[in-house]
Amino acid sequence: MPTDPVIEVAGVTKTFAGVRALDDVDLTLHRGEIHALVGENGAGKSTLIKVLTGIHTPDGGRIRRNGRISTIYQEVNLVPLMSVAANLFLGREPRNRIGLIDRARRDAEAAELLKSYGITADVSSPLGTLAVGEQQMVALARAVEADADVVIMDEPTSSLEPREVETLLEVVHKLHEAGIAIIYVSHRMDELYRICDTVTVLRDGKNVHSGPLRELPRIELVSLMLGRSVNEIQKHGTTAFGEDHHADTRPVLEARNLTSRPRINGVDVTIRPGEVVGLAGLLGSGRTETAKAIIGALPLDDGTVLVAGTPVPRNVKAATRAGISMLAEDRKTEGIIPNLSVRENIVLAALPRLSRFGVTSRKKQDRIVDTFVKRLRIKVSSPEQKVAELSGGNQQKVLLARWLCTEPRILLLDEPTRGIDVGAKAEVQALIDELAREGLAVMLISSELDELLDGADRLVVLRDGAVAGELEGAQLTREHVLAAIAAEVMDDADSR
Amino acid sequence: MTTLTAATRTKVLQRQGAAVALTVMVVVSWLTFPRFGSLDNLRDLALQGSFLAVIALGMTFVIITGGIDLSVGSLYALGGVLAAWGSQHGFLTALLLPLVVCGGIGLINGLLIARTNMAPFIVTLASLLFARGLLLAITDEGANTYQVAPDSAFVELGRGTVAGFGYPIFIAAALCVLGGAILNRTGFGQNVFATGGAEQSAILMGVPVARTKVLVYTMSGTLAGLAGALTAAYLQSGVTVIGVGTELDAIAVVVIGGTLLTGGMGTVLGTVIGVGLIKVIQNVINQIGTLDSNYQSVVSGVFLLIVVVLQRILRR
Ligand SMILES: Nc1ncnc2c1ncn2[C@@H]1O[C@H](COP(=O)(O)OP(=O)(O)OP(=O)(O)O)[C@@H](O)[C@H]1O
Ligand SMILES: [Mg+2]
Repeated sequence: MPTDPVIEVAGVTKTFAGVRALDDVDLTLHRGEIHALVGENGAGKSTLIKVLTGIHTPDGGRIRRNGRISTIYQEVNLVPLMSVAANLFLGREPRNRIGLIDRARRDAEAAELLKSYGITADVSSPLGTLAVGEQQMVALARAVEADADVVIMDEPTSSLEPREVETLLEVVHKLHEAGIAIIYVSHRMDELYRICDTVTVLRDGKNVHSGPLRELPRIELVSLMLGRSVNEIQKHGTTAFGEDHHADTRPVLEARNLTSRPRINGVDVTIRPGEVVGLAGLLGSGRTETAKAIIGALPLDDGTVLVAGTPVPRNVKAATRAGISMLAEDRKTEGIIPNLSVRENIVLAALPRLSRFGVTSRKKQDRIVDTFVKRLRIKVSSPEQKVAELSGGNQQKVLLARWLCTEPRILLLDEPTRGIDVGAKAEVQALIDELAREGLAVMLISSELDELLDGADRLVVLRDGAVAGELEGAQLTREHVLAAIAAEVMDDADSR
Repeated sequence: MTTLTAATRTKVLQRQGAAVALTVMVVVSWLTFPRFGSLDNLRDLALQGSFLAVIALGMTFVIITGGIDLSVGSLYALGGVLAAWGSQHGFLTALLLPLVVCGGIGLINGLLIARTNMAPFIVTLASLLFARGLLLAITDEGANTYQVAPDSAFVELGRGTVAGFGYPIFIAAALCVLGGAILNRTGFGQNVFATGGAEQSAILMGVPVARTKVLVYTMSGTLAGLAGALTAAYLQSGVTVIGVGTELDAIAVVVIGGTLLTGGMGTVLGTVIGVGLIKVIQNVINQIGTLDSNYQSVVSGVFLLIVVVLQRILRR
């Protein structure tokens, strides 16, 4: 490996209003190296990146950059109202002879380019009309095509579907072959071990380990991140779900013939109290749409939703009143109110339940907030801290807490552990388990197979917006689910 | 793809809504009032519209960045007085003095907004008062009206015509074409959209947000000064009482033209159509004659309300 470093960070420190986000951090990145940057939520990864790119000025330390840096930041960093092509080329648009932006060429080049990233949407439509995953792919294309020596990716896969993840990893591979250095942040161990050469572990703003990744056993990496011993971690399995639950026999939720063409087509789902039902399926199979249809956020062509046998009017308000809560997948852009405090964001949805005659008990609020902050290990300086100042993963935990504390009868969770670090992930899984044991009906959507297999008592497999099968008991194995998915893929191939 | 169709619908209605309304208004007025379609009336209409169009052009840029410029009405009046005063010293002084002074005030607006993060509403409200005060001070509380010598070259700028159409019409048209090209075909224009569309993202994408803001307010001030100079040349004097509330007219036509008041989206063509719409309404009310001219504001106000409500509904 060539030894000429493209980035050299020595002793960098950064403090935000009393919070030490970076404490004497060193990092060296060589040409052609793929460097994993890992750590718990709030460990300082995004801050380090923003210091590297000059968004934040460090309080102390030295940074040497030896080349152009191009970055995909953790938060969506594109402009939703501008066209896809305009976003892709902002700052380096193709010009015509007299120096004006050549829009026709820009759009043509954008369409051509995005095709190789699997995006076929109209490049002249506003970026905001694309799905989150597609937006993330546009951000990726933008960063990659900028002709940089270093590409930094801060959790690029957290809003991607498995198929999109594959595309991204291919792109990373190509960059690597072209000799471009990469800093890669992710909470997904599989990805890290697949592509990264070296790793830097941050804990509470300190660099606790730097070295080659492959020689480092997974469990040791986790132990370094969490600051707990290997033994302690080994006690838990890959997920923190417990035994199956003993569900009631009468379903609390019955969704019949949910149809919203062309995304979903006659989906039936029932969930009994105390049961965790997983939704499996590939990108575009209609999992998120099914959840949205149940909560009343998707206009339906047909279908009914019954809660405890009573039909629910088709709007979110009525669904919420009937006891359905949903944690949306699109958490990067939905739901967080940045200028409110952590406490206010958490209790927001539960306020009606916490108030009497319009007056809310502050003591009750504080108790709830305190429980969730501890349980989910939300890293805050105080519950009164603005949510905008939290790290990305901690913002997601706040949203998760918001829906959990509404004490719903039916909880729809769309990718609940996305973007959340390994430690907290186990906590979230344990919490889902506990809630189900207390009689809550849970619908779980996850693109991580292990999470579905361990967490769910029953799996509904969706294919092209319709139910392709249900797996239960002994059928809940990797093989069975993969077979269902393989059938889908084969079908796909047949229909082409 | 419900989002997409909704977006297309929004686009059509926002882009074409004002155009459709304008076409309907023109056709109906043409059929109802025989004088409306006369060449004289149309020339007059275009001339009246051209001053507002110049101001609204600057406002379009400001609003697309997500800002607002309340100072343009006062700068418009100040520009007129400075031009009239300057005309004693020749054509160039008469033209450049208002541009430099009003542009300078716009620059200060921009610097304060971009560097100190003060709300544009507050900063430009302060310069509205400042410019109006300055204007009253240099005219002895308005008692002293500077005249433009009738035979000077500067008067020609406001009163000269081609085929009966006044020079200001051509100047405004040229500026709007230029403005449209800058907005859609230059890097600066893209920065304007990005700044108003998502400021934080724009910063992360490397857009010089602060510089963009400084530029749009400078531009807005300069254009208001130019509109004042043109008006002074046309009226042959620096009238001190004009421009009160003109900032609101400018904001109204920009919004009627489909530019989002929250920023990130808008067109110069829309603004021009908005100006046309307001001026046709005023013209028709004048034609009716028996109607109090105050109804002009009432009608414009209703129009604005409809557009803003529509924008809100369609954005969901
Ligand atoms: N603008 C800010 N103001 C105050 N505190 C901040 C700010 N930005 C970050 N912090 C704090 O700095 C610490 C590190 O945050 P950072 O975003 O770097 O974490 P991270 O490692 O990227 O976590 P995640 O995995 O959740 O993205 C957190 O405690 C966070 O609350
Ligand atoms: Mg982060």
